[in-house]
Amino acid sequence: MIAVYIETDGGSIKKSSLEALAYGADLAAQTGDQCAAVLLGSTSDVNLGDSGANKTLTITGDALSTFTAETFAAAMDQACAELDAHTIIISNTYNGKSIAPRLAVKRNAAIVSGVVSQADTSTGFSVRKSCFSNKAFAQVAVNGENRVITLIPNSYEVKSFGLSASASTSAYVGPQATVKSVSIDKVKGKIPLTEAELVVSAGRGMKGPENWGMIEELADILGAATACSKPVSDMDWRPHSEHVGQTGITIKPNLYIAVGISGAIQHLAGVSSSKVICVINTDPEAPFFKAADYGIVGDAFEVVPKLIARAKELKTA
Amino acid sequence: MNILVCVSPVPDTTTKITFADNNTKFNTNGVQFIINPYDELALTRALEITEAQGGEVTVITVGTAGTEPIIRKALAIGAHNAIRVNLDPVDAMQVAKAIQVAVADKSFDLILTGRESIDHNGGLVAGLLAELMGMNLINVVTKIDVDGTTVTAVRDIDGGRETVSCELPAVLSAQKDLCEPRIPNMRGIMQARTKPLQVVEYSESATGTSVSSFELPPAKEGVKLIDAANAGELIDLLRTEKKLI
Repeated sequence: MIAVYIETDGGSIKKSSLEALAYGADLAAQTGDQCAAVLLGSTSDVNLGDSGANKTLTITGDALSTFTAETFAAAMDQACAELDAHTIIISNTYNGKSIAPRLAVKRNAAIVSGVVSQADTSTGFSVRKSCFSNKAFAQVAVNGENRVITLIPNSYEVKSFGLSASASTSAYVGPQATVKSVSIDKVKGKIPLTEAELVVSAGRGMKGPENWGMIEELADILGAATACSKPVSDMDWRPHSEHVGQTGITIKPNLYIAVGISGAIQHLAGVSSSKVICVINTDPEAPFFKAADYGIVGDAFEVVPKLIARAKELKTA
Repeated sequence: MNILVCVSPVPDTTTKITFADNNTKFNTNGVQFIINPYDELALTRALEITEAQGGEVTVITVGTAGTEPIIRKALAIGAHNAIRVNLDPVDAMQVAKAIQVAVADKSFDLILTGRESIDHNGGLVAGLLAELMGMNLINVVTKIDVDGTTVTAVRDIDGGRETVSCELPAVLSAQKDLCEPRIPNMRGIMQARTKPLQVVEYSESATGTSVSSFELPPAKEGVKLIDAANAGELIDLLRTEKKLI
């Protein structure tokens, strides 16, 4: 059995978990196996069969009402024992990455994080993972019977499988949490950067934080998240949570629009896996153009309003 | 307060990544190795905590003798002593098990790592150590405060931050913004030469994973330039050619 951890946020299932489920379902089909979706704490009436699950198992208990790595890893361990799961797929989110290593030790499993494509099971079990901060990929052979795979968000397509999943529930029997949540500070109503399919990002070329209105407006019209370069977050023009790059967040959206960012190697490390990259920069020699699909050599203060205007026209057309 | 900081050598952030031996090994020829930037933050914060509250900071590296310049640098920054596990590690699980065995006869209140190394980008050692050693785990933190036997930390979550607390001992992994990394001064560099560096052996033949080959990302086909005067065309191209918006 292949078990997939389904992460929920405010009661709704994260898209990255549905990607992990599609990955698990395809892997099951490829190896003549079955795939189970595991929900922790909260039940969901979403039909996970259509997302690829042959069955769903929900572990319930008060200890799972808030996330902690130890309780969620223990609950996943319980679920995997009940399901007799040998392969566990977890999305490479902050919470997923906290559970996965603990779970690997509990299951005596090999673990590979940051996986970007479906496993090659023609001989043994081998996966491709991102390494050297997105500057390379490694093909990793996974030995042994048990394995934990963490899948980078936006690496795998969510699909409709048309299955119907049988559902069961078990009470959590693991330990109580010893790490306590004190408070949560979330940016409300914004698309989390790691999950965003479209991202508009800006750098020092914006000259100051007061000029970010047009970046936010463009992002709003496109339904994109906003991001920024390291210098901009270092100068506190923008919050740290928006910093993408080698020492910031790594993202791989379908579209990355970079405004006034030169494209230093450290910045590219965080964004180079984006499917389409657009670069707007006054300097035609900016290294970012070499990594771009589309480029506009021009002043952000002239170009961005034109993009906003055209996007508005198309939206109302 | 005794703190263990796990330090990994990584290629300098500006390194052009290439591979050798038929793409099975990272080409270290001419590469400058540095302390993993996140580990440097962990080390600096560990020093700040012990300076305020007393205690010692031990750094541990799993690596061959070639990693010693990095360990000496950590000592020069201010770590009190160091352990090197003499092993060229294959995967994160092996690193975590090697550290567990190497420190089995010692006791630490806090174990700090970087949130990931910038070469393997695994981000696993903190979680593996916590589970192997039966400690609490707080992953990817931008703030660490220790009060008596309680640690309070701010960790990154999707779209925000969460403040959490737990009893010591605990394993935490450092994220950018935790502190400003320290640069070693001349006095530190001189002192580092005589600080204790213990070398321990570790042998475990079987590892769970191994890299069979490396690959560079495919090169871009080349940029399509759009005239700034007709910048709006970009939106049309993204819609018609790429069907993204």
